[in-house]
Amino acid sequence: MDHFPTNWGRPRHEGFDAYGTFPIHQRPTNGPKDAFKEGIERTQQPIVTGTSVLAIKYKDGIMMAADNLASYGSLARFKDISRLHAVGNNTIIGAGGDMSDFQYIQTILDDITTEEFTAQDGHSLGPAEIHEYLSQVMYARRTKMNPLWNALLVGGVKDGKKFLAYVDLLGTTYSASTLATGFGGHLAIPLLREAVEGREDTLTEEEALRIIENSMRVLFYRDARSLNKYQVAIVTEAGVKISESLKVETSWSFAEGIRGYGAQTQ
Amino acid sequence: MPGMVSMTQPIQQSFNPYTENGGTILAIAGADFTVIAGDTRQSEGYSIQTRYAPKVFRLTDKAVLAVNGFAADGNMFVKKVRQRLEWYRHAHAKDMPIRAIARLIQTMLYARRFFPYYVYNILGGIEEDGTGAVYSFDPVGSYEREACRAAGAAQSLVQPFLDNQIYFKNQTPAAGTAFPKHLPLSTVLPLVIDSFTSATERHIEVGDGLEIYVVLARNSTALAGLQSLRGVQEVTGTNDGERVFVIRRDLKKD
Amino acid sequence: MATAPVHQPSGFSFENKLRNDFLVEKGIPLPKATSTGTTIVGCLFKDGIILGADTRATEGPIVADKNCEKIHYITESIRCCGAGTAADTEFTTALISSNMELHGLETGRKPRVVTAMTMLKQYLYRYQGHVGAALVLGGVDATGPQLFTIHPHGSTDKLPYVTMGSGSLAAMAVFESGWKANMEREDALNLVKAAIAAGIFNDLGSGSNIDACIITANHTEMLRNVEMPNQRVQKERDYKFRRGTTAWKKEEVRKLVVDEQVTLLGGGDEMDVS
Repeated sequence: MDHFPTNWGRPRHEGFDAYGTFPIHQRPTNGPKDAFKEGIERTQQPIVTGTSVLAIKYKDGIMMAADNLASYGSLARFKDISRLHAVGNNTIIGAGGDMSDFQYIQTILDDITTEEFTAQDGHSLGPAEIHEYLSQVMYARRTKMNPLWNALLVGGVKDGKKFLAYVDLLGTTYSASTLATGFGGHLAIPLLREAVEGREDTLTEEEALRIIENSMRVLFYRDARSLNKYQVAIVTEAGVKISESLKVETSWSFAEGIRGYGAQTQ
Repeated sequence: MPGMVSMTQPIQQSFNPYTENGGTILAIAGADFTVIAGDTRQSEGYSIQTRYAPKVFRLTDKAVLAVNGFAADGNMFVKKVRQRLEWYRHAHAKDMPIRAIARLIQTMLYARRFFPYYVYNILGGIEEDGTGAVYSFDPVGSYEREACRAAGAAQSLVQPFLDNQIYFKNQTPAAGTAFPKHLPLSTVLPLVIDSFTSATERHIEVGDGLEIYVVLARNSTALAGLQSLRGVQEVTGTNDGERVFVIRRDLKKD
Repeated sequence: MATAPVHQPSGFSFENKLRNDFLVEKGIPLPKATSTGTTIVGCLFKDGIILGADTRATEGPIVADKNCEKIHYITESIRCCGAGTAADTEFTTALISSNMELHGLETGRKPRVVTAMTMLKQYLYRYQGHVGAALVLGGVDATGPQLFTIHPHGSTDKLPYVTMGSGSLAAMAVFESGWKANMEREDALNLVKAAIAAGIFNDLGSGSNIDACIITANHTEMLRNVEMPNQRVQKERDYKFRRGTTAWKKEEVRKLVVDEQVTLLGGGDEMDVS
C-alpha cells in the first residue's frame, strides 16, 4: 500500500515499467525527500563478497567446498574467511555473495537451532527443514525489495536420506546431485556433472575429494575472485565435519614456451 | 525500453526481483480426461540450473496445476494455492471443484496486481459434470476455460501446432464429414510428446525431461489404454473416482 | 569546371553507430542477427593442432540451425573456428581466406598462421568491435603449429589450449583439468571432444553435434560430425495431410504444355549456328 496520497493516481513511468509490473515502492516519488534516506538505504548491492561454493552427493552423504576469500570489489580483502557453516548435526550451508548478509543468516540459523533444542520434543531440524526455512526467508526478503544478497547451498543427511539444494537472493530454489553457486555454475558444474551424475551412490569419499579438489583448482585457475585456499565439509550419518584450510596444488609449466600474444617469437 | 530512462534522469541500478527460468507447459482437455504436461529443465540465462525441477503439481484428484515463468514465484504460488485448498477441505470436508479453484487462482493472482507473481498458470482437471477442463491464466489473473493451451518459453512454437492438430485450424474436413470435437487419449498423448520433442529441438530452454499428468474422470474409457503404457505411475489420493497418473519421458539434454 | 571539394575525413565513419544507438534508445531495436551461441576450442598436441566446434546456431532462444559448420577454411593447413555473429564470422574468414590465397601466390610461399592472425586482428580492430567475430585460429606452417584466439575488438592470445563462445567456460574447465603437453593424437582428439561435449550439455547456447579438425604438418583432416550425441527421436505420429486439406478460394486450371506451330517466313531468320 502506498501511503503517500500525492502518489495516488500518478501515471506510471513508461520508461522502465511498460506493463505496470513494478512494485509500488519502486515508483518515483514526488513527496518531500528524507535527508537520511541514503543512510538507511537497504542492501542494494553486495560489498564484501565470496565467490563459488561447490557441493556433490557421494556414497556416504554430501561433500561441500568453498574457498577462504572474501573480496572487497576486486581487492582480495580477507583471506581467512570460512564460508561454510554447520547447522546442527545433519546440515551444512555454504554461501556465495555478501558476507555480512551470510553472517546474519548464520545468527538466525543458530537462533532457530537453539529454539528447537530448548523445545526438547525429540525433533531436530534436518537439511530439508533448514532449506525450506531459508528459502522462505530469502523469498520474503526479495519480496520486500530488501534481499539477502547470497546464493546458498544447503546439504546434509538425515534418516538415511541425502539432501542437497540451492536457494538465492530471489528465492529461487532447486535440487540436483551436483550444485555450484556463482562462477562455479559455469566452470565447475560441467566437471561435477560428468564425474558425479549416475554415481551418487557409489563414489567413495576419496574419489569425491579428488573431484572437488580438481574443480577448486580449475576455479582458482580461471575465476579472478578465487583463492588457492579452501575448506571441505563432509556430512554423513556420523555428523558434520569441516576440514582445516587446504591448499590448491597448481602447475604453471605450460607457460614455459609461450612468447607474446601474436607474432612475437622472442 | 530501459534505455529511455537514461535520457530523462539518472536512475540507480536497482535490485530486480524477477528472473525467467525457461521451460514450457501445456494442457489438453478430452471428453472425460485431461492431460497436463511440462518439461523438467530449470534454467537461467545460458545455464541449466537443474535437469529435474517439476513444473506440474497435483492439487487434488480432480485438479492439476502447471506453473511456468519465475520459478520462485511459481513454487510460492503453488504452495499458497495448496494451503487454500487444505483450508477448504477442513471447512467443507471435500475437495474444491476445479472451476472454484480457477476462480480462486484468479483472485490470488489479481491480489498481487501491482507486484505480480511472474507466473503463467495452466489448470487442468475434471469438472463436476465429468468433462475434461483446461483453464489458462495470465500473470495478473485474467483467465478462460479452453480445450488446449501451451505456455512458457516455447509457447509460440507449440500453440500453433496444437491449434492445427486439436482445433483443426487451417484444415478443411473431407466432404460430408466433420472433425471430432474431442480427441481420444490415444491421440492426445502422442501429440503432447511430439510437442515437447519438437520444442526441445528448436528451443534452447526446453529439454531434459518430460512429466505428463493424466486426470481421468469417473469410469473414463481412457483407463485401459493408459495402464498399458510404458512407465506410467498412479498418484491418485482418494477414492472419489477420479484418477491421476504420471508418465515420465526423457528429452534431449543439449 | 572544378567542383568544390567535399570534406572527407580519413578513416571510417561511425555516424550510423550514433543513429542506431539513438534508434535503440527510442525503442527501435536493430534486426537480430543469427549468432552462433557456440562452444569452439583449439588445442596443441604432439604433431599439430586440433580444432573443435559444436554445430548449433541460435537466434535468441530459438535454434536457427541444428547442424551448422563453424570450422572455416583459411588455407589448406590453416582453419578458423568462429563464434559470435554468424554472418561476421563467415564473411571475415572468407575474406581473409581469399587474401591468404593471394598472399601465397604473390610471395610464392605457403602463408603462415601469424599472417592470417595479423590480417584478422587488423581487420577486426578497424571495425572497433562492430564486426562481431570471436575466432579460434589454428594451423601448421613453416614455424610449426600455431594457435590463436582473436576477440571482436582485435586483441589476440597465443596459448596451447583455447576456448571461445558461450560454452567457453565449460570447455576451458575440461582443458584445465585434462590438457598435457605433447599429447598423442587420439588423446588430444578425445580431450577436444570432451571439451565440446561439456559445452553442448551444459551451455544452452551450444548443442547438437561435434565437429573437429586435425591439422598436422602435411595433412589436414576435417572430421565433420565426428560425434552425434543428440540424434532426434522418432516422432509418435505421422503428420501427413489428406489431399484437399487446404481450403481454396478459386480454382483455375491452366495448360502448361502448349502445342505451338512455328512457321518460318522465308530465309535469314534462322539462328546462326555456324
